[in-house]
Amino acid sequence: MSFINYSSREINCKIVYYGPGLCGKTTNLQYIYGKTAPDAKGKMISLATETERTLFFDFLPLALGKIRGFRTRFHLYTVPGQVFYDASRKLILKGVDGVVFVADSQIERMEANLESLDNLKVNLQEQGYELERVPYVVQYNKRDLPNAAPLDEMRRLLNPSGVVDYEACATTGQGVFETLKAVAKGVLTDLKKMGK
Amino acid sequence: MIDAQLVMYDEDLKKILVVIEKLVRDANAKGIFLVDKNGQLIAEAGEMGGVDTTSLASLTAGNIAATGGLAKIIGEEEFPTHFHQGQRDNLHISIVAQRMILVVIFDDRSSLGLVRLRVKKAGSELGHLFDEIQKKSERAASGEGSPFAEITDDDIDNLFE
Repeated sequence: MSFINYSSREINCKIVYYGPGLCGKTTNLQYIYGKTAPDAKGKMISLATETERTLFFDFLPLALGKIRGFRTRFHLYTVPGQVFYDASRKLILKGVDGVVFVADSQIERMEANLESLDNLKVNLQEQGYELERVPYVVQYNKRDLPNAAPLDEMRRLLNPSGVVDYEACATTGQGVFETLKAVAKGVLTDLKKMGK
Repeated sequence: MIDAQLVMYDEDLKKILVVIEKLVRDANAKGIFLVDKNGQLIAEAGEMGGVDTTSLASLTAGNIAATGGLAKIIGEEEFPTHFHQGQRDNLHISIVAQRMILVVIFDDRSSLGLVRLRVKKAGSELGHLFDEIQKKSERAASGEGSPFAEITDDDIDNLFE
């Protein structure tokens, strides 16, 4: 649910990074945070356990520039990926405007990817959304690892509807901004459609 | 149910500010923040300049979402008020009009009793204002003059240059 503020001339949108535990959602945000100019970003918040696993969410506010005189601000959130944090994941999806699904390319994580994707669909439905109707981008992360599954295999399993997708390596930043741009573009295009 | 898009105009913000600025005075509060349940800051008043309001808003919304989840587990709809006591400053958090969160920060110049009393009155005024804003947002969402109907693909691409 975007928030259009005529008073401060701002549009605020919420993007959620979803995916199985340890797939690199937080790493995506950390890379974006590290590479963004200080005046375009707010403080990054990570509610994590002592072992640096996401407990509730990471949050990064970003300003992308102006569109028709309105400052566009994106609030990026990650969910906790571990299966047993499902109650928290549902809460974070509330009011979402765009979703990035971060898949772990390691072949032994394929089942976790599929489980997380199913979980995303179910949790979106509970909020009254259909994945097919939300701006949505898939990222195949950890492409640099030797045990990465073949790309076409991942596409077949995780992106049967053929939405925009990117290969990535979040630790080096490959594909990170491409993913963000694609989902932000999807959100703004949606906003345009809604205005019509 | 999908929440409707929230649209706020200048005149709405002014009405909200009148209410929360009065609340700052009446409750002897240090600062007041109005946040929506999705973590967007709507308005602020008081002497809390320099606070990271974006973080405050998202954490407040996360907090309300988490305790709301807890409430459902034990069979409550939600916990409409929260109080956090600190060594110097205290937080009084309450839900207004089902979708807004009113955060009052106060110290020993005020008291929990006073804050509670004043929040109750201000909460009902804010409730009425938000009903109006909600109706306007619904009209805006149905396409009455949205500024974004006219944006082009180039406008969007230019953001990423």
